[in-house]
Amino acid sequence: MKTAVTALLSGLLFGAGLAYSGMADPARVQGFLDLFGAWDPTLAFVMAGAMAPMAIAWLFQKRMTSPIACEAFDLPGTSLLDRKLVGGAVLFGMGWGIGGLCPGPAMADLAIEPVKAAIFVLAMLAGMVLHRFASR
Amino acid sequence: MTLPGFPHAMPLEGLIGGLLIGLAAAIMLLGLGRIAGVSGMTARATGIADSGAPRNLAIAFVVGLPLGALLVTLATGGVETQFPASNGTLIIAGLLVGIGTRLGSGCTSGHGVCGMSRLSPRSIVATATFMASGFATVAAMRLLGFIG
Repeated sequence: MKTAVTALLSGLLFGAGLAYSGMADPARVQGFLDLFGAWDPTLAFVMAGAMAPMAIAWLFQKRMTSPIACEAFDLPGTSLLDRKLVGGAVLFGMGWGIGGLCPGPAMADLAIEPVKAAIFVLAMLAGMVLHRFASR
Repeated sequence: MTLPGFPHAMPLEGLIGGLLIGLAAAIMLLGLGRIAGVSGMTARATGIADSGAPRNLAIAFVVGLPLGALLVTLATGGVETQFPASNGTLIIAGLLVGIGTRLGSGCTSGHGVCGMSRLSPRSIVATATFMASGFATVAAMRLLGFIG
């Protein structure tokens, strides 16, 4: 229960940040990726704002033996560089550019522009299922 | 606040919203010991991924995203969004984002916000790659006349 409430709080703040920062707007995100158009640097400010508290959080994490609300840290490795990582990032970047949406804003937009966001999210879930079957 | 030369940019809102996102990710890391990666959490919440965060935790996080956006919408009187007009565009984009984020193990939140601030080589490579791919894709769309 405590862990679910903590996760909900994290999701709430995350969604609020996405909406307040302008990142829920696909046109604004695409504007950041549009170097040869009316370039919109807002996304860079969002990344800077988000990385500052996280950089501090990682300093704390290194000195902690366990998280506050559960038993153990469960974190991915950081060193493996393979074709999957790069190929996946290339495909993701293409979709991100075409739609101006990545997973976080798409989920947040379910509350702002439900029909359009749902079309994207359903296609995204279908893509995830395709990947699951293809990687068997 | 506006940025000279970039009349549409929202630097202050971007920074404040970014801080909220960073705080959210810090709560996930220090509270629950996990990366606040939206693609991974979504795959886990829907059952598409078998491993990762406990299911109830992933569902709570993913449900929080639209709820948080809804709170901002109510508090500010509306959040401006402009989606691609074509549903076909949304579907193609969504498919690519779904496949790509699973194959590459993350998106803008997990690799971008969490991994980059950890100085993870894997996340730095992933973020540089999807940024470059995004820039190139939009440039190609402009060249082909899809935007502009």
